[in-house]
Amino acid sequence: MTATPGISPDIGRIRTFVAVRRAARPARRAAFSLALPLVGFLLAAFVAPILYLLVTAVDNPETRSVLPQTLTALEGWDGSSTPEEPVFAALAADLRAAQESSTAALVGKRLNYEIAGMRSKVLAAARMVAAMEAGPYRDTFLEKDGLWAAPETWSVIRRNGAELTPFYLLAAVDLKQSATGGLESVAPDQAIFLAVLGRTLLVAGMVTAFTLILGYPVAWVLTIAPKGVAAVMLLMVLLPLWTSLLVRTTAWVVLLQSDGVINAILMGLHLTSEKVQLIFTRIGTVTAMTHIQLPFTILPIWSVMRSIPATQLRAARSLGAGPVSAFWRIYAPQTLPGVVAGCLMTFILSLGYYITPALVGGPQDQMVSNFISTYINRDLNWGLAAALGVVLLVVTMAIYGLFLRLVGADKIRLG
Amino acid sequence: MTGEHIPGPGGPDALVRFEQVKKSYDGLQYVVKDLNLDVARGEFLTMLGPSGSGKTTTLMMLGGFERPTLGRIMLDGKPVERLPPEKRNIGFVFQNYALFPHMTVAENVAFPLRYRGIRGQAAAAKMAQALGRVGLDAMGERRPAQLSGGQQQRVALARALVFEPSLVLMDEPLGALDKQLRERMQVEIKHLQTSLGITMVYVTHDQSEALTMSDRIAVFHDGRIQQLADPQTLYNAPANRFVAGFIGENNTMRCSPAGQEGGFTVVRMADGTAMRAPGSAGPGELSLSVRPENIMLAEETLPPGANLFSGIATDVFFLGDHMRLSVSAFGGETVTARIPVAAARSFHPGETVHLACKPADCRLLEG
Repeated sequence: MTATPGISPDIGRIRTFVAVRRAARPARRAAFSLALPLVGFLLAAFVAPILYLLVTAVDNPETRSVLPQTLTALEGWDGSSTPEEPVFAALAADLRAAQESSTAALVGKRLNYEIAGMRSKVLAAARMVAAMEAGPYRDTFLEKDGLWAAPETWSVIRRNGAELTPFYLLAAVDLKQSATGGLESVAPDQAIFLAVLGRTLLVAGMVTAFTLILGYPVAWVLTIAPKGVAAVMLLMVLLPLWTSLLVRTTAWVVLLQSDGVINAILMGLHLTSEKVQLIFTRIGTVTAMTHIQLPFTILPIWSVMRSIPATQLRAARSLGAGPVSAFWRIYAPQTLPGVVAGCLMTFILSLGYYITPALVGGPQDQMVSNFISTYINRDLNWGLAAALGVVLLVVTMAIYGLFLRLVGADKIRLG
Repeated sequence: MTGEHIPGPGGPDALVRFEQVKKSYDGLQYVVKDLNLDVARGEFLTMLGPSGSGKTTTLMMLGGFERPTLGRIMLDGKPVERLPPEKRNIGFVFQNYALFPHMTVAENVAFPLRYRGIRGQAAAAKMAQALGRVGLDAMGERRPAQLSGGQQQRVALARALVFEPSLVLMDEPLGALDKQLRERMQVEIKHLQTSLGITMVYVTHDQSEALTMSDRIAVFHDGRIQQLADPQTLYNAPANRFVAGFIGENNTMRCSPAGQEGGFTVVRMADGTAMRAPGSAGPGELSLSVRPENIMLAEETLPPGANLFSGIATDVFFLGDHMRLSVSAFGGETVTARIPVAAARSFHPGETVHLACKPADCRLLEG
């Protein structure tokens, strides 16, 4: 047809592709415009807060805004000796301004994260400066507190002049920056977050395992039960989903407490002579969370099981497999997409549990979310709260990615 | 199939024997009522019937997936009603193939071998042979989902045959295939069955499939075998009104006996027309049945002694090799005739058409 056979088919194919894309454009636009409200909502309510969270975890505004002159004066400091008068003069000017605008506490709190006791010393210094007419300031500061003589104090101040800080993120995994800038573990008595993270993963893993062990047979019975029975069972499975999380958790508090229903039954049956501590324990937490998470594990498994024809097991039997072998070799592998989806959902949701551990668990059962909540509500340390959130997000994504790698994206079916 | 070799009823050496088997699911109604059936070794027996006639239940009882409520099922002379499916050594091909989607074609076919202690080289050889038999040598590494419907059907066949069962059951195995492929598979399955000498029990609701493949056909209706015969007998001599209506196309018209004449029974149709048919009339309700291809135009030379009748043409269709003419005759019964194109002329709806049929082509049926 043409003189250049090697090229023209490609051009033809590209033209066809372009034409096909162009022809589909109105439909694509219509589809996109229908999805637009949701996309907008997600951007505003989901993506933006996550981005804000990420920024908050590394944001470091306090020192920059409260001590700008000090930071400028510190530029020429050698880092190993007590700074000279100009630095102290700049600090005095900054603190005087801070005292007037009541921002000294801000920077005090921020520096206190890195040097214990710093908050009160900054506040005291601000009050002292406000009372002084004029310098020299260096000796007055040094006289007031030996802390101001230590080069470490000043290097912490200088380091925090940076716009972004890795401090919170490092703290969230029990690390800190050493004076030389390298990484080192925090003191053993302050290292809690890795333990909390490990505990969170452990509890989520236990809950996932229990929901699977309890839920798999239920899903199977749901699949084979007569319609009427299956409908009632499904209702019972779904009921927890329709009940408020708080109500369900409080119900467990009623059941588990020392004078609660379970203890009364155990004592009544003479299975135990004294009350068993159920509430504020790991057992209580895992039990309550398992109950709440069951539908999330059961429903995907059930949905996958329903799509497996009954003839699969019959065929296996007719070919010579006994009931157990037919189940393990033919049925179970085909339910894997549902099992993975259900477990993934429960595991990821369990990672973020907050109310249930808070109400049913003891101090040793508090999960990452509880700490995030504490830092936001009580300690007002948003940076650390955000950093813990980032760690939780990263761990969740990593586990999701790991599942995808292990079983393949096509093996996960949520419905 | 033509009547080359038709194994008769099995007798004492029947491979499968149903003895007064009854099956009820709810304890109120019997899905299978008093079934007695022998399947001879090497026979291709088809259970044909509409849905709900009990044919699939019968097959499931034989396969071991349902237990008879009453009665005995003998396999190779031994009662098996309590034997689980995996102990029966019966090949089963399911309607939707039931291939295992998480296994390759080769793994599917090799699946029954491991339960028979066949592993490694021996298993591989048998698997390859079974796949070769159905023409899928190159497909071993594929997954079932990557195969066409016809190929999946072949894999199911290979899997049911690979362990050399003496009996293979098939539950509407070609139902999901298109017409052309279905016809080709019919020939292939029949060929495999004859060449391997397998006994096959085949369930279908497609009468042409049954006629093509079977040595004998058991026509099921309402939980009973209505007729058990080879395809030709079934077609030419249906035992009752149901079989006549179910196998091929048939005009079945109410009539009443009116005496004997020259070796034929004379019957009167609803409008009084007298017709002759072989055989004798029973005491109950009576119908006269005649196949459309046996009705001819009364305008041509007629065989001596033909039944003559006339009707008003209602529908005329041209179908290539023949015309299909529907007339309203005998006071309102619709009679359909297949007129070869060579003998046909043009018909107009509403015109009176004179038709004829040989008494020997007519049958008297009860019911």
